[in-house]
Amino acid sequence: MKHVRPALSLFVLLTVLTGLIYPLVVTGVAQVLFPWRANGSLLAVDGRPVGSALIGQNFTSPGDFWGRPSATSPYPDNAQASSGSNLGPTNPALIDAVKARIAALRAADPDNHAPIPVDLVTASGSGLDPQISLAAAYYQADRVARARHLPLAEVKALIAKTARQPWLNLFGTPRVNVLELNLALNALRAEHLD
Amino acid sequence: MTIEFFMLLAVFLAVLLATVRPLGRYFAWIMDGRPAWGPLAALETRLLRLCGVDDSEMDWRHYALGLLIFSLIGTLIVYALQRLQLWLPLNPQHFGAVTPDSSFNTAISFVTNTNWQGYAGESTMSYLTQMLGLAVQNFLSAASGIAVAFVLIRAFARHSTRLLGNFWKDTYRITAYALLPISFVLALVLVSQGVIQNFLAYQNVTTLEPTSYTTPKLDAAGQPVKGADGQVINETVVVPQQTIAMGPVASQEAIKELGTNGGGFFNANSAHPYENPNALTNFLEMLAVPLIPAALVYTFGFAIGDTRQGWALLAAMVLVFAVAVTLLAAAEHQGNPAIGALGVDQAHTALQSGGNMEGKETRFGIAASVLFDAVTTTTSCGAVNSMIDSYTPLGGMVPMALIQLGETIFGGVGSGLTGMLVFALVAVFIGGLMVGRTPEYVGKKIESFDMKMVSIAVLLMPILVLVGTAFAAVLPVGLAGLANPGAHGFSEMLYAFTSAANNNGSAFAGLSANTPFYNGLLGVAMLFGRFWVMVPILALAGSLAAKKRIPAGSGTMPTHGAMFISLLIGTLLLVGALNFFPAWALGPIVEQLSPLASH
Repeated sequence: MKHVRPALSLFVLLTVLTGLIYPLVVTGVAQVLFPWRANGSLLAVDGRPVGSALIGQNFTSPGDFWGRPSATSPYPDNAQASSGSNLGPTNPALIDAVKARIAALRAADPDNHAPIPVDLVTASGSGLDPQISLAAAYYQADRVARARHLPLAEVKALIAKTARQPWLNLFGTPRVNVLELNLALNALRAEHLD
Repeated sequence: MTIEFFMLLAVFLAVLLATVRPLGRYFAWIMDGRPAWGPLAALETRLLRLCGVDDSEMDWRHYALGLLIFSLIGTLIVYALQRLQLWLPLNPQHFGAVTPDSSFNTAISFVTNTNWQGYAGESTMSYLTQMLGLAVQNFLSAASGIAVAFVLIRAFARHSTRLLGNFWKDTYRITAYALLPISFVLALVLVSQGVIQNFLAYQNVTTLEPTSYTTPKLDAAGQPVKGADGQVINETVVVPQQTIAMGPVASQEAIKELGTNGGGFFNANSAHPYENPNALTNFLEMLAVPLIPAALVYTFGFAIGDTRQGWALLAAMVLVFAVAVTLLAAAEHQGNPAIGALGVDQAHTALQSGGNMEGKETRFGIAASVLFDAVTTTTSCGAVNSMIDSYTPLGGMVPMALIQLGETIFGGVGSGLTGMLVFALVAVFIGGLMVGRTPEYVGKKIESFDMKMVSIAVLLMPILVLVGTAFAAVLPVGLAGLANPGAHGFSEMLYAFTSAANNNGSAFAGLSANTPFYNGLLGVAMLFGRFWVMVPILALAGSLAAKKRIPAGSGTMPTHGAMFISLLIGTLLLVGALNFFPAWALGPIVEQLSPLASH
């Protein structure tokens, strides 16, 4: 078996090269050049970590913008168990889930009869989607303004300020980061109190 | 259908095609074994000598033997790492040993370049297992796929010889000169956009709002507590924190796409914001997938001294791809009629992507989601940035059909080119039958032995898929794993076996496949789907290389024009449809026609 020695030694050599040296060098360079991003893009308020700019959180109070529904288990936006719902398009369980989300949105904002943007009632692929569409943000603006006793124009201006547009009309979608938006709202309240 | 989608598709294809020629020539250089730049050449010579590799070339049998031994070692190591991870370093979450059946399945899955995942990465695998087991196989399974393509290219380029290259030298050069440097650059670009790369324990953060949920109350033995009336008692749990999974993701993400592997660090794969944080990373990850498969087609034409032959194969790939992804985009932009009926706005506007958003991420919308999933299912990558199980019925059928064409549209690194060449031989064989001449392809007569090997390579996959699905559909253990009722459940099983036998690895992920039944049967399908295709292809290479080169005569069918491209596409679609149409009719087609969907 003249092939066994080259097989074993080449396997060890390439394992060291691709399984140890490569990831360790990438880690080293990444930690020097992009430490904040390499460690999860964590956001802090008053020195206390409150979340990641890239990981969605669960919001249910009327005064906060709500994010994408999340199908992670056992509770939504579980950041150590990413998952979509994997419900098929004709599955009655999907339709029931969408109906329940519509009911919750309507209950929190009974006077809003506008059609609900689809991303507010469908679960994201990762269960950790940090963003919603601009349509979904504007749909909620009135409810948030009322609950926080803020002028609607101020809330809408905040959405416009936090919004991201597709780059070159090609990469990405019109969207807004929910955690950043709610943190900005909290900062706004602190400003008003001052 | 939107203008954004067509622009994205056009830019994507333009950038991809621009890389084909330079990268194709680079791979020809790697294949030729010519010395690299000074110190690298010296290093190559020394390391290979240290490994006991002599410089001689092998015939197809020795080449195949080397490949099989190398793959066997890989399988054993990945299995052992999973079973022993509790006692090994770099396991900050103290994950226990993976079960034997899951370890078996995952080991085969990564060694065969399938990267089917029955487990959830962030709650199963230690950093060491991911890095030293799974990521290493991302490199090595890709390298061995490219090596087999090198052998088949050499078989066409050479004549009257038994020698087809040195497996060890090929594997080293492919890894060291192509896979590692490209992955390194890509990994760093990904980190600069937010893909994580660290060895931290999972991070705890205090969320702005606490999350509360109800769950059955458990007693000390872990059994649900029941009240006096026999009903399970529920309790409300409040979670004030979020625990965020960490890890060395970027280094694995880069080779996951470049090597058409597709195994995600996290359960949600490229839908997870830490694997794929924005539209730019999405574009680069998409581009990395068909990069090498497309370049190797050029390498083939370049090596046989007629680049038109390569461009013809590439044209067939691009045409089928563009039509398929457009169908897919149309299906998903339509949205879900059952959800539209509830007064939900699924229209595409300046403020939202709209469409069927269940299982899709806001930052990608429809266009970047369907393009990504089409790219990864035509190739053998199988990564996903949106959940195919939640696609519309016809939308879900497109990825499935793309895999069932044998992953010849770009295909896996190496296996895509060999698959397409096999179909090219079928096409000239059919053409030869029509005019009553012995078929020939790029100067080689195609004879009885060659067609036997081609038949095995073409027919094995549908047999694995259909027989496997049939077993799962009649056995209670198979049906137990379904997440969705009715025709959609059948699609889940059909997709699982399609994915495994073609070494793709994507899934209708609702199927609970982490059971001894599915782990075992899918593991066998992956094993046969890889090596029982590779060995006949190597035998075919051995036969072709031994033949003389015959000059093209007046009766030779040209294999670089529009006529041949149409014949090739026709052959591909005909074989695919004949094999799978009845199965499509039982799954996605009947679901599309069902009452709920046609509301």
